[in-house]
Amino acid sequence: MPRQPALDLSPAVSDEIRKTTCYMCACRCGINVHLKDGKVAYIEGNRDHPINRGVLCAKGSAGIMQHLSPARLRAPLKRVGPRGAGQFEEIGWDEALDLAVSWLAPIRAKAPEKLAFFTGRDQSQSFTGWWAQAYGTPNYAAHGGFCSVNMAAAGIYTMGGAFWEFGQPDWDRTRLFMIFGVAEDHDSNPIKMGLGTLKARGARVIAVNPVRTGYNAIADDWLAITPGTDGLLILALVHELFRLGRIDLDYLIRYTNAPFLVNAAEGDAKGLFLRDDDGKPLVIDRRTGAPAAWDAPGVQPDPGAQWLGHRTVLHLMAERYLSPDNAPEAVADRCGIPAARIRAVAAELARVAFEEEITLNQPWTDFRGHRHETMIGRPVSFHAMRGISAHSNGFQTARALHMLQILLGSVEVPGGFRFKPPYPKPPEAHPRPHARATPGAPLDGPHLGYPLGPEDLLVGDDGQALRIDKAFTWDNPMSAHGLMHMVISNAHAGDPYKIDTLFLYMANMAWNSSMNTSAVMRMLTDTDEAGEYVIPRIIYSDAYSSEMVAYADLVLPDTTFLERHDCISLLDRPICEAEAMADSIRWPVVEPDRPGHAGVRGFQSVLLDLGARLGLPGMVNDAGKARYRDYADYIVNHERRPGVGPLAGWRGDGTGSGRGAPNPDQLQRYIDNGGFFLDPIPEEAQFFKPWNAAYQDWAVARGLFDAPAPYLFNLYCEPLRKFQLAAEGHGHRQPPDHLRARIRETLDPLPLWYPPFEDERVDIGQFPLHALTQRPAAMYHSWGGQNAWLRQIHGMNPLYVSRRVWQEHGFAEGDWAWLTSAHGRIKVPVARMDALNDHTVWTWNAIGKRRGAWALSPDAPEAEKGFLLNHLIHELLPPRGDGLRWANSDPVTGQAAWYDLRVGIEKAPPGGPSHPLHPAQASPVGHGPETVTLKTGR
Amino acid sequence: MTALPADTARKLGLVIDLDTCVGCHACVIACKGWNTENYGAPLADTDAYGPAPEGTFLNRVHSYEMTPEDGAVPMVVHFPKSCLHCENAPCVTVCPTGASYKRVEDGIVLVNEEDCIGCGLCAWACPYGAREMDAVAGVMKKCTLCVDRIHNQNLPEEDREPACVRTCPAGARHFGDLADPDSAVSRLVADRGGMDLMPEQDTRPVNKYLPPRPRDQLREPPEQLAALCEPTTDGLSGFLGWIDRTLGKI
Amino acid sequence: MHPAPSIILFTVLSGLGLGLLCLLGLGLVMPTGWAAFWWFGLGYGLTLAGLGLSAFHLGHPERALKAFTQWRTSWLSREAVLATAALLFMAPHAAGLVFWATPLRGFGLVGAFLSLQTVLATAMIYAQLRTVPRWNQWTTPVLFLSAALAGGAIVIGAARLAALLLVILGLALLAHWWIGDRRFGAAGSNLGTATGLGARGRVRQLEGPHTGTNYLLREMVHVVARKHALKLRIIALACAAALPALILSAAPGSLVALCIAVVLHVAGMLASRWLFFAEAEHVVGLYYGHHGR
Ligand SMILES: Nc1nc2c(c(=O)[nH]1)N[C@H]1C(S)=C(S)[C@@H](COP(=O)(O)OP(=O)(O)OC[C@H]3O[C@@H](n4cnc5c(=O)[nH]c(N)nc54)[C@H](O)[C@@H]3O)O[C@H]1N2
Ligand SMILES: Nc1nc2c(c(=O)[nH]1)N[C@H]1C(S)=C(S)[C@@H](COP(=O)(O)OP(=O)(O)OC[C@H]3O[C@@H](n4cnc5c(=O)[nH]c(N)nc54)[C@H](O)[C@@H]3O)O[C@H]1N2
Ligand code: SF4
Ligand code: SF4
Ligand code: SF4
Ligand code: SF4
Ligand code: SF4
Ligand SMILES: [Mo]
Repeated sequence: MPRQPALDLSPAVSDEIRKTTCYMCACRCGINVHLKDGKVAYIEGNRDHPINRGVLCAKGSAGIMQHLSPARLRAPLKRVGPRGAGQFEEIGWDEALDLAVSWLAPIRAKAPEKLAFFTGRDQSQSFTGWWAQAYGTPNYAAHGGFCSVNMAAAGIYTMGGAFWEFGQPDWDRTRLFMIFGVAEDHDSNPIKMGLGTLKARGARVIAVNPVRTGYNAIADDWLAITPGTDGLLILALVHELFRLGRIDLDYLIRYTNAPFLVNAAEGDAKGLFLRDDDGKPLVIDRRTGAPAAWDAPGVQPDPGAQWLGHRTVLHLMAERYLSPDNAPEAVADRCGIPAARIRAVAAELARVAFEEEITLNQPWTDFRGHRHETMIGRPVSFHAMRGISAHSNGFQTARALHMLQILLGSVEVPGGFRFKPPYPKPPEAHPRPHARATPGAPLDGPHLGYPLGPEDLLVGDDGQALRIDKAFTWDNPMSAHGLMHMVISNAHAGDPYKIDTLFLYMANMAWNSSMNTSAVMRMLTDTDEAGEYVIPRIIYSDAYSSEMVAYADLVLPDTTFLERHDCISLLDRPICEAEAMADSIRWPVVEPDRPGHAGVRGFQSVLLDLGARLGLPGMVNDAGKARYRDYADYIVNHERRPGVGPLAGWRGDGTGSGRGAPNPDQLQRYIDNGGFFLDPIPEEAQFFKPWNAAYQDWAVARGLFDAPAPYLFNLYCEPLRKFQLAAEGHGHRQPPDHLRARIRETLDPLPLWYPPFEDERVDIGQFPLHALTQRPAAMYHSWGGQNAWLRQIHGMNPLYVSRRVWQEHGFAEGDWAWLTSAHGRIKVPVARMDALNDHTVWTWNAIGKRRGAWALSPDAPEAEKGFLLNHLIHELLPPRGDGLRWANSDPVTGQAAWYDLRVGIEKAPPGGPSHPLHPAQASPVGHGPETVTLKTGR
Repeated sequence: MTALPADTARKLGLVIDLDTCVGCHACVIACKGWNTENYGAPLADTDAYGPAPEGTFLNRVHSYEMTPEDGAVPMVVHFPKSCLHCENAPCVTVCPTGASYKRVEDGIVLVNEEDCIGCGLCAWACPYGAREMDAVAGVMKKCTLCVDRIHNQNLPEEDREPACVRTCPAGARHFGDLADPDSAVSRLVADRGGMDLMPEQDTRPVNKYLPPRPRDQLREPPEQLAALCEPTTDGLSGFLGWIDRTLGKI
Repeated sequence: MHPAPSIILFTVLSGLGLGLLCLLGLGLVMPTGWAAFWWFGLGYGLTLAGLGLSAFHLGHPERALKAFTQWRTSWLSREAVLATAALLFMAPHAAGLVFWATPLRGFGLVGAFLSLQTVLATAMIYAQLRTVPRWNQWTTPVLFLSAALAGGAIVIGAARLAALLLVILGLALLAHWWIGDRRFGAAGSNLGTATGLGARGRVRQLEGPHTGTNYLLREMVHVVARKHALKLRIIALACAAALPALILSAAPGSLVALCIAVVLHVAGMLASRWLFFAEAEHVVGLYYGHHGR
């Protein structure tokens, strides 16, 4: 027998494990950071963590390379060259903060709205929003407006919670899972784990997506939908369910406004619910045939009723959705899905929901006081994300999907879709938006919220927008997350007004998060007659040398995610599961270390420091001194409401969950527990949460809300109808005339489909193709590109075209193409894909880089062969000769309609580089090393 | 040492489920991270931030497209690939130095980096592209089946599995003893028709691949659709009638 | 396969050197004194230069001695052992002729045998690889052996023998190409078997595992344009075999002709070896969407 070398099979893995939270994306998985000699050596998933239970995605494991990236900033930077060139001088922190104060203090004293403070995908919005409110500017929002506000708003208005990461299928019980327009989503690992669970159980997965990759590749059935037509497909499924009589009537009566009577009388109440004198919506009581308050004791609502010409919501729905316009045959061609397949899917949904009903032997009591011996579930669940929401008809499409779920009785039931705390939370339980700025004083209330009618809009008496992004105006009344994608162009145009300082945090607005990127870069550098920048000052916080850094006048360098405190809070976007309330922290598992430079500081701590220097209320004590030492101090000691603070765990004496006095040991308790806190929801409260008395009481005890607030699902969305009524001329707040028709058409209280706006504006003959991007699983927007490991997987991005297009244009492997939209032309490498909707082209998102950014060499493939579709997407629709420019956004929420893009393609001369060609930026951090061989502690 | 053991008591290996793999590359990077810090030389990356970055990886994920000739719906299959720890491993027998060997106790094919002269012949002999020469260390690198994890007494029991398996979010990778017909992996192979890659190369891989399940079966509504329907729900009045009847029953 | 200059030079030069030594060992010519010194010196020089060059290819040349250990299983190890043995056995014979004008025939014959075995071992390194169907066939050893012997014969000026061996070499080249062009298909590997998905439909690569290159692609996936290959084949065949054979037949005794033949042959062999590697498709290319011919 041959001699084998002696191996050390049990080498020591590391000196120490520190458990914190990943930040290679917004999924917030738990990680074990292995240290050797005090240095980060290896990162793996934390098995105890509720989000990822040990698994980690590619980005997460590559976190070490992000932490060690040569693109890390090292000191505050003051611009010395022209904007955009990337020429800076490093300055100290005191100088940087003094400079910021010298800009921000005078603005606050005179006109706080002249500061626009917008943040990207950070997870401290409850903190940054609080800061902005204290400062007093109305111009604050995070990135949700260009991200997926359609999804959030449609979910909250319809059912008090959304997909996104705010809910999840009951992975362990669902038997049919249908997923619309998702490549990755924020719940990256949980969705993959869930799909794995379904596969292991042999449950069926149906994917609706023009492209078959990733999740869609493993789906049992793939519907290659034509972009922008999901609403048609969903309404055809609804049509079939009505036709088959396969809707959960009992569920609709108990938990939704299906039986509410809708006023049919002409006038300013038309289309609103009939209400009794107490303002309670009326239903027809089957026992009497007479109207009664919906929640009158013992009432037995009749969902099919008519009364004096007024009909119920369900009646109106049946009338609309049973119409032949919504039949599978009528939509098949437009959706690109044969009618037979639509019918087959509808039948399967109905079969699984109603024939495979599941029952849990778990008694529970509803808000009416009825005790139920069991929990009945319909094991059909859904998920959707930006494929639906990033269209100008996305709000209504998402509403349609929620309606479909509700008709099947599969929301908040075993086997169906479940909310995660702090959801469910209906629109009424959210704040209204505020924008009243007063010099030297805080704003009159929180910036963002959920308008319930025209009275909540943020428009002045002259009809002018109060916010720089024109959120909550007639253009997009329910823009609950603001419109970050409009900030720079509005500020540049001085419309609705000019601003003085643009303060951005963690958003690469000069590159991949802007529409019309080349123009945005020009706006940021544009000067007026006096030679001054049109946007006078820009402050930016980034951790890395991104494209946007070059456009800032002052750069506040952040730490990496392993070097700072963060809190993933219930006030914000926590890490809850459907079974449990949970939140978590990041903490400096290593200290920031930028030898030879002024160093970096956690942005939140810097913001607190800045707030204290500005004397902002809440940030200074009575002596006018800084109230919080740093962000860690804030996390522990700040209280939003008495007893309720950023972190829910170990409050008070260490036993408090959700409520309790600040506990000085809180952070250590989190660290000792692996970086997170988890409080399971009792068994009897696990399902039917909006109506479950035990859940409501549990949530109140945890401080999720202050009094039980059961509610019904809004199949019919009354606030939408209120905007329609205004457009019809009712009420004192009136939309401008040019918007009336659009509001009437699109803010329909029942879900409907209308074609994406761009389809109607451009010549389809010239731009026959839909152009999309997808999230690559192994890359996070622009910030993954600096990662030496990940950039080998995605160092460039081809444009995938269908076989039909490939052949039509005579493409061959290695070819390049010109891609043209209504307002731009780019040159891109092409590749063929068969499992693709015939009318669609697509590419991976945000791989393309500006030359010189990210410490990459200027001839990096990301710049030579990578490209952004953003150059082809305008924030405004092509002009149509009415003298008005219409936003390329959803008319309800203002969500950026990224995926409405129409393009034409033609063969280009062979070879790169990709266009547009932007000159290289200077790198404020130099270039990365040639060779990387890292072995810690060697 | 380049003689292959006639048989190995255990055949440790991976079973990769092509029905479940979403192509996320998590296993690729977890492998890179673990093996950079552990067994042998770190996995180097050259031109790491330049125009032609190129590094050593022990596991890579391809994507293929399968277009049925009969016009049925095309499929995409994500395809992770690392060393298959072949029973009849040609990479071992070609090695001039004995650096390449197959462990008698568990069948893992390893490179002893102390002995490797970096001739590259073993990589030529491997049909699967499972071996990559490290540009900096000058030695041959390959999947170790995480030999320094799976037997590692310093790790908690549940972590004694390969880094790629531990990290796979979709649960598409399974690790176990394929010599034991009762092991979970062997049962998966039996139940799901686990297959060999390039059987014609006669390498007898230990790792198996589970084929994707049939796709796109929902093409026509079921024959018994009528049975699924409530009677006479057609049209608005039919539907309202159905509501009445149903409410009568509730 | 990547046509690495070091390997091409190594196989061509050491093949020529070993061929020459073989013929010297067989006693086909029997130079003595300085003449013997130059002849054997040339044989040793070519062989050692080739072996030295091959070390360029190694990641760790300083460990090259380890390559002598696995002769039981590894053709590469055998090549090293045999080459060393051939050179050692040949030494007394060579020394006898140089210093004492006395051949040690026994050593010469064993040395000759070992020289040929070395060439065979080199050939078997390639011929054994199932992964490269073009090499994995009987013409590979024939090609290497005939090339070595023909080269040796030209160098020692055995015009008749050289012409005959050159014809065999030419036929071997043709056979290697003819069979080689069909081998990939015959070996039966394709993306369908590589992925196990072949029964379901046509399989094609959608996305590679990385957007740049890697060791495998550089080392094992090399694509030569067909047009280009045909031209080179003609040049290789003409220079390595046909023209030298003609020249040597036409002017058997001419030193000039001999020199021209040597130069042509070596140039032709370099071209043919370049093709030997460059045209060889490794099955791993399938995984990257490259098709074997
Ligand atoms: N064509 C197209 N464009 C799109 C989309 C699309 O689908 N298609 N999607 C849109 C959507 S939904 C989004 S959310 C945006 C995302 O776009 P962005 O919000 O711009 O996202 P990133 O590029 O990931 O990162 C923003 C910046 O955060 C910095 N950063 C990373 N870590 C830290 C940190 O710890 N601290 C600080 N201070 N900064 C840090 C990064 O260096 C980077 O410069 O893109 C949008 N753009
Ligand atoms: N790995 C990774 N994960 C991420 C991110 C990342 O950059 N990388 N970004 C995070 C962020 S900020 C966000 S917003 C989320 C977004 O997560 P996703 O919603 O998954 O975002 P996209 O990649 O934009 O995917 C949109 C999907 O919709 C499809 N699609 C486009 N148009 C249509 C349509 O009309 N109908 C249907 N049915 N499908 C359509 C596209 O083909 C694509 O598959 O991901 C988050 N997670
Ligand atoms: S999904 Fe990946 S990148 Fe995102 S938090 Fe989890 S491990 Fe990190
Ligand atoms: S981690 Fe799992 S799902 Fe992801 S590519 Fe690897 S095997 Fe596939
Ligand atoms: S897969 Fe390749 S490297 Fe691994 S044992 Fe088989 S032949 Fe050897
Ligand atoms: S590269 Fe190393 S392991 Fe491979 S055959 Fe050569 S010596 Fe053996
Ligand atoms: S078993 Fe270990 S070495 Fe092999 S591919 Fe998986 S992680 Fe890499
Ligand atoms: Mo986003």
